[in-house]
Amino acid sequence: MNNPKSKQPKPSSQFIAFFKKEFRYIFRDTWTMIILLILPILMLILFGLGISTEIRNTRVAVFDPSRDVATQQIVNSLSTSEYFIIDHYLSDISEVEQTLKKGDIGIIVVFEPRFNENLNRGNATVQLIADGSDPNTASTLVNYATAIINSSPIVTGNAPTQIGTPLPRIHCEIKLLYNPTMKGTYNIVPGVLGIVLMLICTLMTSVAIAREKETGSMEVLLVSPIKPITIIMSKTTPYLILSLFNLTSLLLLSVFVLKVPIVGSLVLLIGLSLVFIFVCLSLGVLISIIAPSQIVALLVSAVIGVILTLMLSGMIFPIENLPLVLQWLAQIIPAKWFIEAARNVMIKGAGIAAIAKELTVLGGMALFLLALSVKKFNKRIE
Amino acid sequence: MIVVHNISKQYRKVQALSEISFSVGKGEIFGLIGPDGAGKTTLFRILTTLILADSGTATLNGWDIVQDYCRIRENVGYMPGRFSLYQTMTVEENLDFFATLFRTTIAENYDLIKDIYSQIEPFKDRMAGKLSGGMKQKLALSCALIHRPLVLFLDEPTTGIDPVSRKELWAMLQKLKSEGITIVVSTPYMDEAMMCDRIAMIQKGSIMTIDTPQGIIDKIPQKIFAVKADNMSCLLADLRKFESTETCHTFGEFHHITFRYDNEKLCDELKFYLQKLGYNGVKIKEIEPTIEDCFINLTDSRI
Amino acid sequence: MKNAVIQVENLTKRFGDFTAVDNISFEVEKGEIFGFLGANGAGKTTAMRMLCGLSNPTSGGGTVAGFDISQQSEEVKKHIGYMSQKFALYEDLKVWENMRLYAGIYGVPRKKISEIIDKMLVSLDFESEKNTLVKELPLGWKQKLAFSVSIIHRPEIVFLDEPTGGVDPASRRQFWELIYKAASDGITVFVTTHYMDEAEYCNRVSIMVDGRIDALDTPTNLKRQFEAVSMDEVFTKLARGAKRGDN
Repeated sequence: MNNPKSKQPKPSSQFIAFFKKEFRYIFRDTWTMIILLILPILMLILFGLGISTEIRNTRVAVFDPSRDVATQQIVNSLSTSEYFIIDHYLSDISEVEQTLKKGDIGIIVVFEPRFNENLNRGNATVQLIADGSDPNTASTLVNYATAIINSSPIVTGNAPTQIGTPLPRIHCEIKLLYNPTMKGTYNIVPGVLGIVLMLICTLMTSVAIAREKETGSMEVLLVSPIKPITIIMSKTTPYLILSLFNLTSLLLLSVFVLKVPIVGSLVLLIGLSLVFIFVCLSLGVLISIIAPSQIVALLVSAVIGVILTLMLSGMIFPIENLPLVLQWLAQIIPAKWFIEAARNVMIKGAGIAAIAKELTVLGGMALFLLALSVKKFNKRIE
Repeated sequence: MIVVHNISKQYRKVQALSEISFSVGKGEIFGLIGPDGAGKTTLFRILTTLILADSGTATLNGWDIVQDYCRIRENVGYMPGRFSLYQTMTVEENLDFFATLFRTTIAENYDLIKDIYSQIEPFKDRMAGKLSGGMKQKLALSCALIHRPLVLFLDEPTTGIDPVSRKELWAMLQKLKSEGITIVVSTPYMDEAMMCDRIAMIQKGSIMTIDTPQGIIDKIPQKIFAVKADNMSCLLADLRKFESTETCHTFGEFHHITFRYDNEKLCDELKFYLQKLGYNGVKIKEIEPTIEDCFINLTDSRI
Repeated sequence: MKNAVIQVENLTKRFGDFTAVDNISFEVEKGEIFGFLGANGAGKTTAMRMLCGLSNPTSGGGTVAGFDISQQSEEVKKHIGYMSQKFALYEDLKVWENMRLYAGIYGVPRKKISEIIDKMLVSLDFESEKNTLVKELPLGWKQKLAFSVSIIHRPEIVFLDEPTGGVDPASRRQFWELIYKAASDGITVFVTTHYMDEAEYCNRVSIMVDGRIDALDTPTNLKRQFEAVSMDEVFTKLARGAKRGDN
């Protein structure tokens, strides 16, 4: 007994053994595999198809007091596109609300009087009114209509313009009835990304660690030379890899199947996702440290990671429309920041400066959660 | 090897351990015998540095359980009571995992676990979750031994295990002892207590007695008689009604009875009493007490 | 046997090409304490599940309390009690709440419930623990309570799956006294155990090895037959010959 073992620790081999074990666990459990690999794709397709099918052949009502050559051309452009069918003209502006309420009209185009004249002066306004109670559809419709109007021949230069006058631009005034702000709506892909990463990193990690407590193997692990940080690292790394896989598949799917382009920098988007994944993993570790059993870990992560995220991240309900208390609560939901930033990068093509605030908040959350986990993680089991 | 001094531990209002002291020598098999909830698991957890005692000190191989917990963790093997291995990993993968965890390999210490592991080796590609209880415990023991620990802590390793597997497990422990490994084991089986070098009987967080099994048996003050007749279940009730009976308990095919006072004639009186009640085939004989008698005796006197 | 409450003939259960229970036949008489022994993985649990109507035999069959185990499993369930070591009571309910719950589950008439609960508390000497959460009870007490609850509806047969595993000697004895009492009230007790001294308390004992019943008799006869001094020795002699060690 005067010769106790004094071999130098080789944390790397311990890490690899642990890592292998974790992957075996994931791959041998059919249900885990389904949740991890199929569910994200299914979610994106279900949400995604929901938006893309409704857009085609949307009925349009028009209120056109000027009835000039410019308005005529714009209406023509709309009706020749695959997205819109001109249904009828309104005779009075007061019919707008009633028309939308009936539900078969998706969008109303309202021209100002003397549209052509204004256009030639370079300052014409058209109002697009859509039903904001279905914000995703409404914002898509409005975006499409705006694009069509601005690419109409009368605007792009085929129409006669005088030298020296500015290129005519139509100012599209967008008005969503029942949901006046459009912010926080166009976010299916970023939203699903947020939820999926939460699900995998937070829920799966927390359950994986809590399981060790439940089966008694945590005790054995603690009574071994392995360092707690090695346990945490080797528990989280497999889920990091899986979530990178999911990130890739979801982005490919959204670009090639759902045709949602990534306007901004792909590198920035991936970097942002990594920061968010880091937050999710830290949250998962923290939950598992506090939770005494798998079922508690599962419930807590499901509530925080899925339900709260779904409700408060702006994915389903725009945050501005929530009661004030919930708006405050939404500020501490990591996915809210991620979805906002991811949307800006993906759809608006924002650069790093534009999402600096979100990145800072997410980074801060990650550090805070990690610090708390390390503080709470016990070398003992009390 | 192990020195425990005045260890106490309280959980909320429950005094799990109060002033526990004992020591265990190198290569000794030390048994912790006591009912569920007596504090055995708490004691194991304190000694394996998993929880801290409220007061008292303990050392393993001279290492303090609080300060030198890293050294201790490297040199003990621990098998918790509810330990169930990794169910969806094969036998071999489990063993390999624990070997790596303790920075060793199966090959390095194969000779130590050979006897027990060879019994499960034919099933090495089977998932641990599909093993029977006895085999699981053998695998768990192999995993706890793979790094050749100085001290082995086994918390109820044989609960729910059939008698044959139990015997095999204990044969293994005897062999480990001969290799110089110190073993602390808890068990609810009294026959296993006999196989320990020394045992501590624990009840409600305190040690009632520590001695060799024979020493504990010798300390029993009363004579014990075994009684048998045709109708054993009625016999039990009738024996208890007998005026000189102090305690009476079932013991396999006999009932064991102790009397309030020592009297040569009592045996005959009892026989007469039973025959009068119409029992056939009455047999009464004085017997050497077993450890189980001692345990019941101690628990009874406590209650 | 005239009063057989369990009759099993050529009962077999296969999982794939693995025969868990291999053509077993036996009868258990009313009021008998029948010990169902076997090594881990010998097929006891599988056999017991079939008897309780929880799983269908691959071939063969039997009756329990007069009902066919594969055709009338719902009737079987009404006439038996079941208690296992692993699951018995709801830990987060109080003692009396568990009693109340199981009385309800087993269809004890509403008017009788409180009377039965009071009686049970008295006979277990549990009156002071009536409002204790079950998880706070020592294991031995829990098991006694679980047993009493499993016979709350006066079933004809009660199946006990390792009811005393891990229980200390003193509590085990109290537990067996409850079993004796139930048996003297006419309840047939079908019990598995790994304690060989408990095997001695049974009227008859069967020992399963590799899915078959290799021995079935009274403890005394078994000891004579295998020239052994104790049931432990009988069991060891039989089970050492086992080929398989799995479930």
